[in-house]
Amino acid sequence: MQPQSEEELAEMVRSADAPLALRGGATRHGPGAGLALETGGLSGISLYEPGALTLVVRAGTPLDQVEAALAAEHQQLAFEPPRLGPLLGRDGVSTIGGVAATNASGPRRVQAGACRDAMIGIRFVDGRGEVIRNGGRVMKNVTGYDLVKLLAGSRGRLGVITELAFKLAPRPERVVTLIVPGDPVAAMTKALGSPYDVTGAGYLPGIGAIVRVEGLSASVTYRAERLAALLPGAEIVEGGQDHWAALRDVLPFAGQVGDVWRVICRPSDATALIERAGAEAHLMDWGGGLIWFLTEPDHDLRTALGSFQGHAIRIRGAKDHLPLSPQVQALNQGLYHQFDPKGLFAQQGA
Amino acid sequence: MQMPDPNAAILARRAAIVAGLRALLPADAVLDDPAETRAYECDALTAYRCLPLAVTLPRTTEEVAAILRFCHAQGVPVIPRGAGTSLAGGSLPTPDAVILGVARMTGVIETNYPDRYIHVQTGRTNLSVTGAVEAQGWFYAPDPSSQLACAIAGNIAMNSGGAHCLKYGVTTNNLLGVTLVQMDGTVVHLGGPFSESEGLDLLGVVCGSEGQLGVVTEAYLRILPKPEGARPVLMGFDSNEGAGACVADIIKAGVLPVAIEFMDRPCIVATEAFAQAGYPDCEALLIVEVEGSEAEIAEQLALIRAIAARHSPVEFRESRSAEETRRIWLGRKSAFGAMGQMGDYICLDGTIPVSELPFVLRRISELTEAAGLRVANVFHAGDGNMHPLIIFNANQPGDLEKAEALGADILRLCVQVGGCLTGEHGVGVEKRDLMGVQFSDQDMEAQLRVKDVFDPNWLLNPAKVFPLSVTASRRG
Repeated sequence: MQPQSEEELAEMVRSADAPLALRGGATRHGPGAGLALETGGLSGISLYEPGALTLVVRAGTPLDQVEAALAAEHQQLAFEPPRLGPLLGRDGVSTIGGVAATNASGPRRVQAGACRDAMIGIRFVDGRGEVIRNGGRVMKNVTGYDLVKLLAGSRGRLGVITELAFKLAPRPERVVTLIVPGDPVAAMTKALGSPYDVTGAGYLPGIGAIVRVEGLSASVTYRAERLAALLPGAEIVEGGQDHWAALRDVLPFAGQVGDVWRVICRPSDATALIERAGAEAHLMDWGGGLIWFLTEPDHDLRTALGSFQGHAIRIRGAKDHLPLSPQVQALNQGLYHQFDPKGLFAQQGA
Repeated sequence: MQMPDPNAAILARRAAIVAGLRALLPADAVLDDPAETRAYECDALTAYRCLPLAVTLPRTTEEVAAILRFCHAQGVPVIPRGAGTSLAGGSLPTPDAVILGVARMTGVIETNYPDRYIHVQTGRTNLSVTGAVEAQGWFYAPDPSSQLACAIAGNIAMNSGGAHCLKYGVTTNNLLGVTLVQMDGTVVHLGGPFSESEGLDLLGVVCGSEGQLGVVTEAYLRILPKPEGARPVLMGFDSNEGAGACVADIIKAGVLPVAIEFMDRPCIVATEAFAQAGYPDCEALLIVEVEGSEAEIAEQLALIRAIAARHSPVEFRESRSAEETRRIWLGRKSAFGAMGQMGDYICLDGTIPVSELPFVLRRISELTEAAGLRVANVFHAGDGNMHPLIIFNANQPGDLEKAEALGADILRLCVQVGGCLTGEHGVGVEKRDLMGVQFSDQDMEAQLRVKDVFDPNWLLNPAKVFPLSVTASRRG
């Protein structure tokens, strides 16, 4: 099914009595069970106010189209949404709704926040077929509960997102990358603990730690030089966007055989986790707060890592579920039931 | 403003309820003498007051859980309270409710610089969170005006902002994890000292839920390295339109100041009389603050100066010293105090799209004139979060009602132009009855369903946020 309007979509959900498999561009989620419900008919930018740094866009709009419209005004989505199609071996067209539904956030998260932090408004159709609006198009809004955050990363379990409002950011005039040899976690920690407004800190195998500064030209020169003084052996590279795209989209693991795991942790635990993992390869983002592991198929990474502050989840390979604490699980189930009493969205793909 | 009739059965059991609480807690943690509970009859929305049934002041998460478990079993409503600085009446009690104040829970549990977080008990004040890390060169970014007094618990409940959130975001963007105690005493850990959790973003919906989903006893907060320096510039304009257009152009140009504050003529006049900050005599004034090294500040200010020039400012005053910086911020920071000298005031908090600023300011002055009242505007212009201050005389019968009616009209106007009722203060009781202006019944129902999951018996802060008629069937 491909509804052409929010009202048509709501009607489809109201009359549905069997599971629905929600689909944006199918680049992030595997196919779910049930009747496919595609958002492609709900497409287009509803409002773009560059002077207010605000965008309102329908959920089925391709991410490329959104980013092109913003680039024309020298603006961007600050959270740098990854495109995971190549990593996951999927060739669909990523949609902005899929970005929101998975809270897809790239390297700039350490400085500008995640997708959920840029989301300021939402419209969605819940499992009862009701159209629900929350948030709005202003940057500060504490009116009522923040269902915008609740829907961010909800993977289609509470409803079908139909429209989103985002807070935007100016595109930086200049980008500089520092490539740092040696202990990557130590380098990233130093960089993020400095006052030099670092907008990315990651690690790529064969390259080393990468640290990014962005902004007005003279300021970028100044900060890059100060960081280079802090980070022995650092090489300053103009631009370096390819490295950030590779890290953001986990390109080194695209086309490689094996499972891919995403581990959220404290940066200070990252080195020990990497040692314990028994993985084939790893990348790091968010200063070491996010580790991507490539492992042999069916390697039990969770057991290898043992207990730590954070979690590990397999995003390529056999379908994986993270065990939540019973209290958190009860709240999740309670919300699923309230928003989707018929269980229409319970069978989403991973 | 109406509150639900107190539950007579609870009032009749008052002594037994107090005795039950005393059995669970240290002797000094339960207050029921009106001489002592008087201090808890209101928050910073002082127009509304009510003595609670009792006040509890726990020191640990376990004590909080014990209080909530007991009240849940007894069917007694609980009003969570941080430092009591809510401008929206978020912690206004009812006679049949127990106040649960976290003001004694002020500890720092862990400070971790390599991982850039601090773990605190939530009764700690906002400013003392920064106080705990500033010697090492770090700070906690959200900075509500009440930051000297307000508690992190209240900041989380209201998702508080502040002048510097244009760059750093509000509470929800700086909150990594919480320990939440549900009404039935269940202790839940949401998030933690890391970036994200699996499952639904429960942390995101708890932040800003005004103490209706649970009591937050501990929090992991993001801390940031302090910038090398900061400097404000003050600009005067001969019209609100000029100042408003300048704000939009600065934002569009790609400079991201940490703060853009706006004051209109009535506010400038009042603060000058009060604080003598030496502000220019003009229609509208902007204070823009940028951060970085000396060279970076100079680069940003040069760009801002060039943008401002297109809007013919009548004054452009760049701070050249710590003393000049202090004077530029002096008037802005004394604005509320200055209004207090002029009379009683209601502080509104609606947010609008920045592009609507000139229109909204014009409409506010028309509405104000028609109501025969005075309004001064001082607000965070960069994000459209307005703070019209309506001046009235509380001793004159009918004046408060008149001011409230004007406030409601101004908030309707904010919604009508695409904005919202409250940008950082919260709904509380103050804006509860206006929720229907912004939300359909369905929109509100979806929010109530979230509370149904966390607090099925509707005992936590039940008469807030939503119109009483909307929640009546749930409150029982």
